[in-house]
Amino acid sequence: MLNRDNWKEIFETIQKNKLRTFLSGFTVALGILIFVVLFGFGNGLINTFDDFFGNDATNVFYVFPSRTTMPYKGYKSNRVIEFDNSDLADIEKNFPLFLEYISPRITRQDTVSYLNESNSYRTLGVGPAHQFSEMTIIMKGRYLNSQDIKNKTKYAVIGRLVEEDLFGAKNSLGKYIDVGGSSFKVVGVFQDDGGDNEERIVYIPYTTQQLIEKNTDKIGQIVVGFKPQIGYAGAMAFDKSLDQFIRSKKFINPKDQNGVFIRNVADQLKQNQQFARVLQIIVGFVAFGTIIAGIIGISNIMVFVVKERTKELGIRKALGATPKAVIGTILLESVFITTVSGFIGMLIGIIILSSLGDKLKDFFITNPYIDTSVAISATFVLIIFGAIAGYVPARRAARIKPIVALRDE
Amino acid sequence: MIEIKDLHKSYKMGSNSLHVLKGLNFSIDEGELVAIMGSSGSGKSTLLNILGMLDEADSGSYTLDGVPIKDLNETKAAKYRNKFLGFVFQSFNLINYKSAMENVALPLYYQKVPRKEREEKALKYLAQVGLKEWATHLPNELSGGQKQRVAIARAMAAEPKVLLADEPTGALDSKTSYEVMDLIQNINDKGNTILVVTHEEDIAHMCKRIVHLKDGVIVEDKKVEQVRAAQYVK
Repeated sequence: MLNRDNWKEIFETIQKNKLRTFLSGFTVALGILIFVVLFGFGNGLINTFDDFFGNDATNVFYVFPSRTTMPYKGYKSNRVIEFDNSDLADIEKNFPLFLEYISPRITRQDTVSYLNESNSYRTLGVGPAHQFSEMTIIMKGRYLNSQDIKNKTKYAVIGRLVEEDLFGAKNSLGKYIDVGGSSFKVVGVFQDDGGDNEERIVYIPYTTQQLIEKNTDKIGQIVVGFKPQIGYAGAMAFDKSLDQFIRSKKFINPKDQNGVFIRNVADQLKQNQQFARVLQIIVGFVAFGTIIAGIIGISNIMVFVVKERTKELGIRKALGATPKAVIGTILLESVFITTVSGFIGMLIGIIILSSLGDKLKDFFITNPYIDTSVAISATFVLIIFGAIAGYVPARRAARIKPIVALRDE
Repeated sequence: MIEIKDLHKSYKMGSNSLHVLKGLNFSIDEGELVAIMGSSGSGKSTLLNILGMLDEADSGSYTLDGVPIKDLNETKAAKYRNKFLGFVFQSFNLINYKSAMENVALPLYYQKVPRKEREEKALKYLAQVGLKEWATHLPNELSGGQKQRVAIARAMAAEPKVLLADEPTGALDSKTSYEVMDLIQNINDKGNTILVVTHEEDIAHMCKRIVHLKDGVIVEDKKVEQVRAAQYVK
């Protein structure tokens, strides 16, 4: 069936029926092309999603204090809870198994100026470990270190856009900037994948911030990084015991909704992953629909092709073509066309996707791509179903009595 | 060569059935040139279709070259057609996207003859019908007479036992008709058995025997003095 002679016969038929070949080839190529592009866009959507939510470390708790709403152990309700330096040390001492790093975070909004340029920025008093939780990338200079904390140095690490705003094209390293009335030396410039807001921040040592604010030992929030190897279950357990520890230390009613709040990124991470999975299911559904539409398209064309060839098939049968030969002729031709055009459509789709890159970022599509294996299996599915779709009318044509087929005009 | 006994065939038309062939008996020897005549509706085309295994009889027996033709499935019928029979149709039935040579070579393709041999044979038979120079032309570049000659070459290419021609001159003017009949007579002269279905008296008299059908029965079966078509062709 697959000898050279049969192939020659098929090539000749394909060559001499260009419109028919084009129609069926075009349907298949378009089907696969749309599938590849849609699927790639879906992946691009997921990429964008990851970019939005995946720019901070995921092994982090943010611990926020707030007012209590219940009385407890002689303390009235509506009491302000505040963290101080001793809390940092206590957490470090009590959870060595879980803890990877810890850093306070004192958030202020200050006017920052250099020479004639000035602007209002978020200033964060932090420890060195804060770099890990925010995944801050140092472009030049250095981040704050433990010496800065110990010596309460007046050093600042500024965001890329802060430098751009205040210094223009000039280098900021070693220059002195004014932060809320105090002079700080710029020791580093950072960038952050989290967007423009994340790059309009000034980091200073939290001890320096405390010194400026009348030598207080109060800290705003606590950022706790846990060891990634403890996993999701470990993180949830750590979350719970940390909550209990703080409540008992600060005399907060265990049933109080407020007083202390721990934002668990691990929990958020799980939600994000679920959302991404839903996106993937939607994308898969759309892609599945495209493939179904492609299969219906080929089926239609195959019915049309067989109808158009009824008379020719009748002639062939009168000349001695067996039903098997008739079915073979139609199927081999259709499989050949779908295979070639399917892979052409797939290649064009992949080329379109890879040439897009970041160009559609405004439409929430970043770096669209498709796994080659997914694209190839989709193409094969279309080829196989194209063959099945061709087989049904081909078998019917093979069964028509030649005398009936010959009468067909 | 061909022997039929008590052949019946009826078509169902809705609730009533139409009895087309009502018990035909006749035989054809090797080398005969037989015309089957009759007005439309006499059953002559039905008879030819049954002889050509394009259709099946309801009852009766049909023997072709000593082989009883019965219980045919499509595959078997296709093989018998390919081995025993060559067809010439009123409307030529050439495949319009294949050249004259490719059309002639097609029955050989289904005989699994290698391509080269196929093309040589096709050219040989095209030469016999005088169309060697037209080998690469498509059917729509040929005149009606030329098309029918290509069809005859195609029917002969498989070297069949019997050539069946269904109104071979029905779509042609009389001059071209005589040319085609001249060709058929020449083929018959070489010893081939040929059946021609026609309703034209002059065409029938160019055969050696006329079988007259009327309302599904043979009313006349006579040998005639053959009129040579060559005298009408310059």
